[in-house]
Amino acid sequence: MSETIWLIPLIPFLSSVALMLFGSRLKITHIGVLGVASVGISALLTLVLAVEFMQNQQVIQASLWTWMEVAGFAPGISFYFDGLTLVMMSVITGVGFLIHLFSTEFMEKDPSYARYFAYLNMFVAAMLILVMADNLLLLYLGWEGVGVCSYLLVGFWYQHNANGHAARKAFIVTRIGDTAMALGLLLLFTELGTLDIQAMVGAANQTWQIGDSIPLVACLLIVCGAVGKSAQLPLHTWLPDAMAGPTPVSALIHAATMVTAGVYLIARTHGLFLLAPTAMTVVAVIGIATSLMAAFTALMQTDIKRILAYSTISQIGYMFLALGVGAWSAGIFHLMTHAFFKALLFLGSGAIIHCLHHEHNIFKMGGLRTRMPMTFWSFMIGSAALAALPMTSGFFSKDQILLQAYQLPDLGPGLWMAGLLGALLTAIYSFRLVFVVFFGQANTEPDKDTGWRMAVPLSVLCFLAMIGGYFMIPVAEVFPASDGSHPAHWVEYVSISVPLVGLLIAYLVFFNRRLNIDGLANSTVGKSLGNFWLSGWGIDWLYDHLFVRPYYGLANLLKSEPVDGIYGLIVALNQTFNHWLSAAQTGRMRWYLASMVAGLIILITLAANLSTGVLQ
Amino acid sequence: MDGLNIPLNHILLVSSLLFAIGMLGLMIRRNIIFILMSLEVMLNAAALAFVAAGAHWGQPDGQVVFMLILTVAAAEVAVGLGLVLQVQKRFKTLDMDHANRMQG
Repeated sequence: MSETIWLIPLIPFLSSVALMLFGSRLKITHIGVLGVASVGISALLTLVLAVEFMQNQQVIQASLWTWMEVAGFAPGISFYFDGLTLVMMSVITGVGFLIHLFSTEFMEKDPSYARYFAYLNMFVAAMLILVMADNLLLLYLGWEGVGVCSYLLVGFWYQHNANGHAARKAFIVTRIGDTAMALGLLLLFTELGTLDIQAMVGAANQTWQIGDSIPLVACLLIVCGAVGKSAQLPLHTWLPDAMAGPTPVSALIHAATMVTAGVYLIARTHGLFLLAPTAMTVVAVIGIATSLMAAFTALMQTDIKRILAYSTISQIGYMFLALGVGAWSAGIFHLMTHAFFKALLFLGSGAIIHCLHHEHNIFKMGGLRTRMPMTFWSFMIGSAALAALPMTSGFFSKDQILLQAYQLPDLGPGLWMAGLLGALLTAIYSFRLVFVVFFGQANTEPDKDTGWRMAVPLSVLCFLAMIGGYFMIPVAEVFPASDGSHPAHWVEYVSISVPLVGLLIAYLVFFNRRLNIDGLANSTVGKSLGNFWLSGWGIDWLYDHLFVRPYYGLANLLKSEPVDGIYGLIVALNQTFNHWLSAAQTGRMRWYLASMVAGLIILITLAANLSTGVLQ
Repeated sequence: MDGLNIPLNHILLVSSLLFAIGMLGLMIRRNIIFILMSLEVMLNAAALAFVAAGAHWGQPDGQVVFMLILTVAAAEVAVGLGLVLQVQKRFKTLDMDHANRMQG
């Protein structure tokens, strides 16, 4: 298997190319089979690989060919496979396969069925290249590849202007981070002479001391790239708008895989980050700030997909927190469990949207518990895992993160408390969603229930979201071991009980309405705060006024070419004079004569005046 | 010379008038023949001024210049009439306003 590891990204890639070339000529069932089977085969191959890896724990390095060779710089098309890669590949191909299967039913009525699967397969291929790359340049290729696929899929229904706008926003905002990341790669290459990840980290450890400034700058640039891709402050604004794409796309790209690429990148280059403790603190602070900001925003949203989008931002914030405090494996663990339960939630919301005539507003839903029992249980399990209720998968991963954050000297308890506040909010907003959508009175009747192609992925993901916490991810060899100490027991008890408190609050407020918050919500402060959170802390407004409008203004100004205007003025002046003078050139002798006489008279008058002046 | 003692100013006045008439004719006449004639009037006005001035100061220079102007006028008319013939031949008119090919 280790020799044929390159088959795993190749198969979805070939399927994508085939769908692009012949998609319009294939029957709809064939398209679905091709699209799903290619990812399915990749998933099976990954499974085989995983079994082999569990037995021999062997790191695989597969070099296919040299990409290019310029002046000693020779990045290869070569793959590196270890425990971390295995976790990522399992998530991408496994969850990816389930989402592909779900899509065959969700997108059934869409005229661009083949285009959809072509993009989705291409995305899986690019994402696999991203996580399997053994040098940062190949990783960057996959990184940009998933960016392009995300752009294409967010704007999949490009007939609506708003979708195209959202796609461009997603592309441009992440591009800001990507540019910084490219600069980071260039800096690393000039300083270390290689982009091969393992060799580079080794060289970095020999060249630099902990706390040097160059690794700090390089790490911060890499963090910028990760922040853009993983939708963290301040580059998170694209993710809620990216919900314009089809819901399975949101599940695959904007919840399970692509947005966690930033987490993967930082985990993969953790050797560098250990040299720059300041950069790690920055990562932790960005993570916790994003997590809280997004949790407050999710509390106020009414669009089911936007709630999930903000919750994704918030959960990735937790992963960043984990990376920042050095809890590498806890971060990757949360990445995996998050992929399970968030894909489950997104697919569940996709099922609701599919069966409810594309309704997105949660207050127009309600009472779906009896009508869509399958989806209801998916949402219950997904929300429980998201809120980190005990024994669900999210509980194990989030608990690890919070406990390890607590142990960080100085900042630790502060981060832990902020993380707890986030966990409380997470529980409130996720069960608010459940209570509003599935209980109470029905506002919209579903016209159908989910078919088997939707039910199977939902059930499998339900299972994974429940038991995912018991998986042992094989990353012990990849990351430095943690010291294994545990904080005091009361810290653990508090961490466990906070989500339950959140559940209780959500129950009292949104289910039996024992706790009436209308008074608070309608007061001046409550209302303005609510609107502030609803608008995502006004960050979109701020960016619109700070960057977008000045840019449009500048573009409009430059459209009229102001610099050329100066030269244009000289030309216009010359032309005016030319017109005047050439108008004098009439060819009429009498006209010349008259002007000569007039000039003569003027001259004589002047001369006479002057001479009298002189004489006097 | 005794019986006829006209003050210099009067003669200069006549000369100026003649010059002005010639110039006016030059400007308002369109026929090239008349233009040439107006030109002659102007030359003669100038010549008159020279002669009068020469007589006033008792110097011969004025008459010398008059002779010069006479010859210049003759030469000018010779060339001018040649041009008139050419203009008539080319444009079939003597109206100088129609003979304007050098426009703007």
